[in-house]
Amino acid sequence: MSTGITETEDDGTETQTQAVGAARAAGETYTEMDSQEIEAANEEARRRTRELVEEADRTVKLKVFRFDPEVPEKEEPRFDTFTVPFSKGMTVLDALMWARDQYDSSLTFRHSCRQAVCGSDALFVNGRQRLGCKTQVADLADSGIPKKVRIEPLPHAEVVKDLVVDMEHFYDQMESVEPYFQGEDTPDGLEEQYQSRENREKVKMSTRCIWCGACMSSCNIAAGNNDYLGPAAINKAYRFAMDDREGEDLTEHRLNIIEQEHGVWRCQTQFSCTEVCPKDIPLTEHIQELKREAVKKNLKFW
Amino acid sequence: MHEHDVIVVGGGGAGLRAAIAAHEEGADVAIVTKLHPVRSHTGAAEGGINAALRDGDDPKDHAYDTMKGSDYLGDAPAIETLCEMSPEETIQLEHWGMPFSREDDGRVSQRPFGGLSFPRTTYAGAETGHHLLHTMYEQVVKRGITVYDEFYVTELATTDHPDPEERECHGCIAYDIKSGDLVGFEASGGVILATGGDGQAFDHTTNAVANTGDGLAMAYRAGVPVEDPEFVQFHPTTLPSTGVLISEGVRGEGGILYNGDGERFMFEHGYANNDGELASRDVVSRAELTEVNEGRGIEDEYVYLDMRHLGEERVVDRLENILHLAEDFEGVDGLDEPMPVKPGQHYHMGGIETNENGHTCIDGLYAAGECACVSVHGSNRLGGNALPELIVFGARAGYHAAGRDLGEARIPTGPSARTEDETGLDTPVSPGAIDQPDPDAVADGGAMTADPAATVERTLDGERARVEEMMERDGINHAEIRSDLQDAMTQNVNVFREKEGIQDALETIRDCRERYQNVAVADPSRTFNTDLLHTIETRNLIDVAETIALGALAREEFRGAHWRAEHQARDDEDWLKHTMIAWNDGEPDLYYTDVLLEGEEKTYEPKIRSY
Repeated sequence: MSTGITETEDDGTETQTQAVGAARAAGETYTEMDSQEIEAANEEARRRTRELVEEADRTVKLKVFRFDPEVPEKEEPRFDTFTVPFSKGMTVLDALMWARDQYDSSLTFRHSCRQAVCGSDALFVNGRQRLGCKTQVADLADSGIPKKVRIEPLPHAEVVKDLVVDMEHFYDQMESVEPYFQGEDTPDGLEEQYQSRENREKVKMSTRCIWCGACMSSCNIAAGNNDYLGPAAINKAYRFAMDDREGEDLTEHRLNIIEQEHGVWRCQTQFSCTEVCPKDIPLTEHIQELKREAVKKNLKFW
Repeated sequence: MHEHDVIVVGGGGAGLRAAIAAHEEGADVAIVTKLHPVRSHTGAAEGGINAALRDGDDPKDHAYDTMKGSDYLGDAPAIETLCEMSPEETIQLEHWGMPFSREDDGRVSQRPFGGLSFPRTTYAGAETGHHLLHTMYEQVVKRGITVYDEFYVTELATTDHPDPEERECHGCIAYDIKSGDLVGFEASGGVILATGGDGQAFDHTTNAVANTGDGLAMAYRAGVPVEDPEFVQFHPTTLPSTGVLISEGVRGEGGILYNGDGERFMFEHGYANNDGELASRDVVSRAELTEVNEGRGIEDEYVYLDMRHLGEERVVDRLENILHLAEDFEGVDGLDEPMPVKPGQHYHMGGIETNENGHTCIDGLYAAGECACVSVHGSNRLGGNALPELIVFGARAGYHAAGRDLGEARIPTGPSARTEDETGLDTPVSPGAIDQPDPDAVADGGAMTADPAATVERTLDGERARVEEMMERDGINHAEIRSDLQDAMTQNVNVFREKEGIQDALETIRDCRERYQNVAVADPSRTFNTDLLHTIETRNLIDVAETIALGALAREEFRGAHWRAEHQARDDEDWLKHTMIAWNDGEPDLYYTDVLLEGEEKTYEPKIRSY
């Protein structure tokens, strides 16, 4: 089968790339690097990293939590310090990625979207739950840039490795509140359910949750009581309970779920969840509102 | 070994919709995804979903706009399918509880968008994708669909046969990120690839770090042609420092683009005398870069997008998310000052060749969403057409894989659709695999096995050996290779392309391939080894980048998002055809197939495209 691809002949110009290209075109095959060449390449990479750090106008020191149950030297949790060149607009995630790519490819953390919507990189930065991608390094100091940035995995969660925590418990709590719309009387065909602008506004903030787990990690109650639903799951319940498109029977069903022993009544209004939420969801307020609804519902029977 | 009827690879919009559809059809379906579903990049989509829902609008008008937007490289059967099904799929989302923005009368809101003849972009604030993704994941939870969360699919398990159209896909292999085990997945009904975009082949992109073209690269190496890879969309409004997307919704609501001299250049310099800022994305991106190149940009890099005149109430009501993004990632208050924007890689029109049922030429292998190419978008996607693509073709792939009869597909696939060969493409280096036939390629004349489980086992053994080797040996880190690749693509295969630059990119890609032969994973751990994950991704990016560059070099015309310095006109006589690149055991084979302009009721005539 013809590939239809022909290679350019060397046109005689003297650039190195073209010479290499011509050599390849002439059928020279690729040869593997030997161990000395690999070591030289890696040493060269380390030298360039050092150079970048030395040439930088300003640097920032990341003090990063390390742990790996499988690697003998990381079995005991420890902190590693990485010196990273600072650039304007640099986020904590940028700094972590630089450290990983330049110093230690085993440095492990979750991240994906870089824009505060996927909820992957909730971390404990300088003693507070934050999204790495949304946190400007420069904002971590009162003036200038911070001398040190301490980065740890989310507290109150089991550490899998380095900055990665097990999210299963968080997901379980989410799922326990039946986190899906259960409206029954949807119109036929291409007709939507009507919803007032006011009602959409009422649930708007609650629908912005990105499941990052910052709130759950910051909550003292959740820390001491593994059964407590936690702010994110209760907020999810609120999102549906307050949505007019679900009928009254369903609202009652949802209130029954969240007024159980480990539901809304555990909340002691410390506001820590609200303070750390990267999407500014008024979590504590939502929880209180559900408490009120639960009381009102029971009044019917008194 | 896990066994299911249908395996969906990827948990974004298309993957979730496919899984729900297969489940509705009664199949035992599982989603295998490297990210938990709610982490998918569908969540970053902002603008909305195009659907002809209202009086005065019609799916036929939507189809016409889409065909015009595609610069007549879209296939009519695919476009008409999209436009006819989008209304029911969009309303389905509302029935599932998606919190759409609302009009005063309580109906879902629609806004104007680029290249549309009717304001049919159905939105939920400036965070439509987030709500779509979460709403669909809720439905997956409701149905109890199995999700293998944080399992990274590394290779497809297909039978060996010289002709890809005779091959069968029986499953795939995934790396359990948490435990480090490689696991086989067997699918009796089919494997649906829904792995999303490949923006990480570029340096300045709106795409997530996880968008590494895994599905596209795996299908390509399994023998499915990559269709129209040269067509890459550069979104006109991304934040200069990070590539974060500023929705077209800003212009849809009335936002204005200014150059450094304060001119409303879309009109004043004649780029789009009718539609101005709401011209198609390719037109606006080129206009911005032309302004910058001619010295009328700001800081020689960007232009301004201004929404201050819309007033706080309207901005907060419809575009609140944009205020947060501009503040958090550029330090700009959009109510107080104009936002700096420049074009950034955003979406890949090209992808895995499929028909309108999501089926590829390999039996049992499907693709849907951004990784696929049906082709709905041709050479340029309209804003608001990606989300309906996810739900419409995700659903179709899911139904079809689970056995529903969707009728005869009108779009032919595979090498048998070939109408013309590329002859004598001028590449500076030989593209494709290095030296020996690639160990990961489906080898000609390998063991022909009739037993699906044995096929999966054999692929699993191969993947174990590959991973083992990368973990054991000494070598270099992949990160620098990835970043060199990204730089070369952004430098040379960007909005403006010229022959020499594309050839330079091909040389760099070849160089990356050679260096990649020596990569090793430094992290010895089996637990959550992202070093290994990213190393495998980088190899996928090399394959994807090469198809983009080869397609761009071959296509000697200017169509849609593909602008060539040497070829300043659309050339329907020679180039009204789809580019196809087949892996061909590591020696890329370029050929062409017909564009289908014949629809159900009419044939679309290519016209001059102006806005």
